Amino acid sequence: MLFLSQCINGLQLGSIYALVALGYSMVYGIIRLLNFAHGDVIMIGAYIALLTIGAGLHPALAVGITILGCVLISVLIEKVAYRPLRSAPRISLLITAIGVSLLLQNLVQLFFTADSRAYPSTAIIPARAIQLGGLSLSLSTVVTILVSVGAMLGLHLLIQKTRMGKAMRAVSEDTGAAQLMGIDINRVISITFAIGSALAGVGSVLYCCRYSVANPTMGSLLGLKAFVAAVLGGIGSIPGAVVGGFAIGFAEVLVTALGFSAWTDAVVFAVLIVVLLVKPTGLLGRGVAEKV
Amino acid sequence: MNGYKQIPVYLRYLINTLLLGAFLLGGNALLASGAVNRAQSAVILQIGIYILLAVSLNVATGYLGQLPLGHAGFMAVGGYGAALLWKAMPRSAGAIVLGLLLGGLVAAVFGVVIGVPALRLKGDYLAIITLGFGEIIRVLIINLPGITGGTPGLMNIPKHSSFLVVYTTVILSCALIHTLMKSRHGRAILAIRENEIAAESSGVNTTFYKVLAFTVSAFFAGVAGALYAGYTGILTPGNFTFMTSVNILVMVVLGGLGSMAGSVIAATILTALPLALQSFNKYRMVIYALLLIAVMIFKPSGLLGRYDFSLTRILEKLINGQLFARAKKAGEDRA
Repeated sequence: MLFLSQCINGLQLGSIYALVALGYSMVYGIIRLLNFAHGDVIMIGAYIALLTIGAGLHPALAVGITILGCVLISVLIEKVAYRPLRSAPRISLLITAIGVSLLLQNLVQLFFTADSRAYPSTAIIPARAIQLGGLSLSLSTVVTILVSVGAMLGLHLLIQKTRMGKAMRAVSEDTGAAQLMGIDINRVISITFAIGSALAGVGSVLYCCRYSVANPTMGSLLGLKAFVAAVLGGIGSIPGAVVGGFAIGFAEVLVTALGFSAWTDAVVFAVLIVVLLVKPTGLLGRGVAEKV
Repeated sequence: MNGYKQIPVYLRYLINTLLLGAFLLGGNALLASGAVNRAQSAVILQIGIYILLAVSLNVATGYLGQLPLGHAGFMAVGGYGAALLWKAMPRSAGAIVLGLLLGGLVAAVFGVVIGVPALRLKGDYLAIITLGFGEIIRVLIINLPGITGGTPGLMNIPKHSSFLVVYTTVILSCALIHTLMKSRHGRAILAIRENEIAAESSGVNTTFYKVLAFTVSAFFAGVAGALYAGYTGILTPGNFTFMTSVNILVMVVLGGLGSMAGSVIAATILTALPLALQSFNKYRMVIYALLLIAVMIFKPSGLLGRYDFSLTRILEKLINGQLFARAKKAGEDRA
């Protein structure tokens, strides 16, 4: 029974990582950028939820505003910081992303101080236990898993079945050819950022409901781990991000359950390093032959 | 180059050695005379340490063209290595030199261990894997309190980092890196940056030179870590977070990827500025971040680009009366 409840615990954590990892993977697939600021968008989402619920808004409305806020800030970042560097060397783009991440963290720190704040998790998902065949689950666990799986299915349908999804796949396959076929690259990239950060917004709410605190640097570790998940599954691959997310979630819960909670971060990175050395493209990633 | 007078090589070395010697002795006398207060001399020492950190990161970032994000990890192992040795040895000149070398060597060993697997990967993956290693080193330090003192830190490290120790080390290290980069090995490293496939086709052993540059970078980061340990007298894992690595990266990028003079200038300004303006400290990181983004968008090569300062080159121009002459553009010679 303990094993089963730990599994569900891992499923909850893994689904949050998977949601965030999807944002990394989509952006990487389309412009080959490791969006370091993605984790900080999640942190911004946490603060938006904090403010809106603090202002007495209905929780559902607050969650909506959180997601919208994440989308807006991400699209803005892409327009202002990443678009001018579209043709620049990749290292410049990467450094810019680190810069944006620093900027967001420190702006929030400037306005809200570096202290952790209590997150109104029970206002969003009431603290209630659900009995399931002798297993006691909290409502937030169930909601997290259901919402994440729903979002992932939605994303899958969007990418595989719609015109926009087709355009996104085309751009990630070959940007130049996609442009020649009349696809508006900038629009597709903006929409990719928007979808990725909408998922981040959902992830932000679910993550904060699990841990009930928000602070300016919460995004960096969450972002790093989700990013590790994306790389583990094969960056640029949507199913890979999901698999990687669950793998990292389970690994973390397992290490904690075995009594080595101080080592979780090291284990997560060690797993990443081993996978990268054995299969550099990740579990489900496709290798691309280098042309001379 | 008809009639262009050149300074003989031995004279160039003599001029540079004399000037640097004068800088060392002058600086030491200034600090000993009490003309600068404690806070100011602390800033001066910190500047030296950050110069070495930036210059060493520049080897891997600017010259080799990779983006390691775990520089603080190398600094940490070097610092802890030297600190443990210094705590066990009585104060002597030999102990100081041995500690600095040990710090560098420990970091270099980590550099090889990390570099061999990491350098099989490219660009982004290398950045992530080094970041991961940096974090692992930090978790190791926290979880091995028997050796490292754990989270509260390693205390009572003898304060060996005087002005002379710091700046002699910095100057020697910079000179070594400079001569390495001017040698054929340095050229091979630069060739890899320009085009790895072309370099490999021309017979450059790319794996060897990538690991070499990475290890050299780690070695000097370790030396800088040792200086840091001897400066603060206490090492905590909190000193070596991802933010420390980013701080050093900001200096390198701002100064110019591949310019040693740029790294030195940027490290000096970015270390001195926030310490000089305490009230400005609150906004420091915001301004760093904005600077980083702005430099990348408007001048991706950094402030100095790949330009490197050479005193003797300026002297040569001076004796030829061409100090303000326009630099010749490529192809102009033929006209």
